[in-house]
Amino acid sequence: MTRYVPPKQSRFGQILDVAILLLLTIGALYIPLWLGFAGSTLVGESPQNPTWESLGQNPVMVEQWNGLGFTDASAASEIISSRFNYSFSVIELLVMIVVVIGYYALILRFSEKEYRDVIDEKFNGQ
Amino acid sequence: MSQLNDTAIGAKVDAAVTASEKVGLLRVLGPAHVWALGVGIVLVGEYMGWNFAVGKGGAYAALIACWFAGLLYTCVAMIDSEVTSTVAAAGGQYTQAKHIIGPLMAFNVGLYLVFAYTMLEAANAITVGFLIDTVAAMTGHEGLDQRPFIILAIMFLAWLNYRGVLATLTFSLVITAVAFSAILVLFVATSPVFGDSPWRHADLVTDLPYGWLGVLAAMHFGLWFYLGIEGTTQAAEEVRSPARALPFGTLAGIMTLLIAATLTWYVCVGLMPWEYLGQSGVPLFDAARLSGSMGLMVLLGIGTMFATLASANGCINDASRAWFAMGRDHYLPAWFGAVHPVYRTPYRSIIFLVPIALIFALGAPLDQVITFSILSGLLTYTFMPLNIILFRRKWPLDTIKRGYVHPFHPLPALALLCLCAVAFFAIFLGYGSQLVAMLSFYIVVSLWFHFRRYRYVHRAAQFTMPWPKPRGY
Repeated sequence: MTRYVPPKQSRFGQILDVAILLLLTIGALYIPLWLGFAGSTLVGESPQNPTWESLGQNPVMVEQWNGLGFTDASAASEIISSRFNYSFSVIELLVMIVVVIGYYALILRFSEKEYRDVIDEKFNGQ
Repeated sequence: MSQLNDTAIGAKVDAAVTASEKVGLLRVLGPAHVWALGVGIVLVGEYMGWNFAVGKGGAYAALIACWFAGLLYTCVAMIDSEVTSTVAAAGGQYTQAKHIIGPLMAFNVGLYLVFAYTMLEAANAITVGFLIDTVAAMTGHEGLDQRPFIILAIMFLAWLNYRGVLATLTFSLVITAVAFSAILVLFVATSPVFGDSPWRHADLVTDLPYGWLGVLAAMHFGLWFYLGIEGTTQAAEEVRSPARALPFGTLAGIMTLLIAATLTWYVCVGLMPWEYLGQSGVPLFDAARLSGSMGLMVLLGIGTMFATLASANGCINDASRAWFAMGRDHYLPAWFGAVHPVYRTPYRSIIFLVPIALIFALGAPLDQVITFSILSGLLTYTFMPLNIILFRRKWPLDTIKRGYVHPFHPLPALALLCLCAVAFFAIFLGYGSQLVAMLSFYIVVSLWFHFRRYRYVHRAAQFTMPWPKPRGY
């Protein structure tokens, strides 16, 4: 069994590898942000001239809102009225399932190939 | 002749690897430090972030998510304890994956860990800035610039980590204990035990505003109650007795967190309307404000600060160990695999990750940073069932002595896999594009690793455990 001897990586190559990794990492978070795709936004409009009653708040709730610094209903109106939109398309869901499963399948397949080399060299080469 | 040359080269490779590991990490930690590392990272989840689960589905949805996430993390702690009590090396799950599944999986797991912890560290720093801004506003100093405080928090903790692990985790132990005690004090002080209680559960807790879909959606931030407990394994190479201290510290940690999470939920939903709680930046501090006690307000302010610092501290510790372990194995440039000759810490990895944490802490919104961290954590949890199933298959119980054997295998693994699927769906409901962007990132870096980076990695030298050959190979 021939033992694998890796090539020596140049300093420039090492810096380049780290730079690529960093670029991809920052891109993964910031690209969805820049494109405006990231995050679930709250939807819903505040009613005109809201009152605590029209916002569905009971006296205890009003007391707590006051304690938190919201002394009138209009100040809290936006927080109370906004809701998440959980509608989704089945196709998007299927795409996500395929991507997740495909990702793990890819990793397990490549890992297995690499792992066999490791085990062969570690145990079968001795 | 050729075989002789191969043997000689092999001996040189082994000698080189041994020489690079000569200055190793110090074995100075006990079970209490392991507990502090795990709980210290996570406890901040009770002080901020978990409450977004209330916004996602209402108060009851957050409680259901809290308990299901607790179940998920109990499975994580059980599985992790068994594998880690056997694989006692820096890198935690990364090192497990390297020995059990293969190099590419290990590389991915290493990145999950680094990003989960670095993003969590960034989220903590954002919260430090927010808390100081809130306190400044309450004392009449509106419009405080949060950025210097964010930078200072990260730099100070990185310096502490640079100087040595014992001091770092002893610091974490003390401030985590204070932060945990603050939650207990808030619960007891606001309970009816001492007369009139400010709790108003009957009037404040409403039905599920989004129905059962909201319960599923709440699982996204339900993970935040416990995210990071698996980080205890990163200390494997620095604890005096890994087989005893790691399972003990990890399981004690998850029990502590289950108690803290339930108390936190109960106090907060009894004091705040769910619409406010679901968007609050510092919910426990707000709960203390509503208690009407200045003493509690100061205590929970300090608790919030300590929890965020303990968490960021543990995150720097864990992320740097994972990065260091990957450097040592040449998965990343070997330069990162160095240990400080005096302080015996992975100092280059610690310093390198500082600007990355700053980029995210100063440039991205809190919920996005939290989601990035949760996604990386979730990918780690999805790997764990695969890991334990393959571990038991390749090395059945009678082949390797384990410090801890988790019961009912494979039920915890299957339960964990199902709960991960639910969590993926929950993230998809609000942050589907981020999920796909992140998986695309991992697919691209996996191809990069397999086809480019892996050529610089020694093969047999990656397998460092004194185990027999795995079955089936």
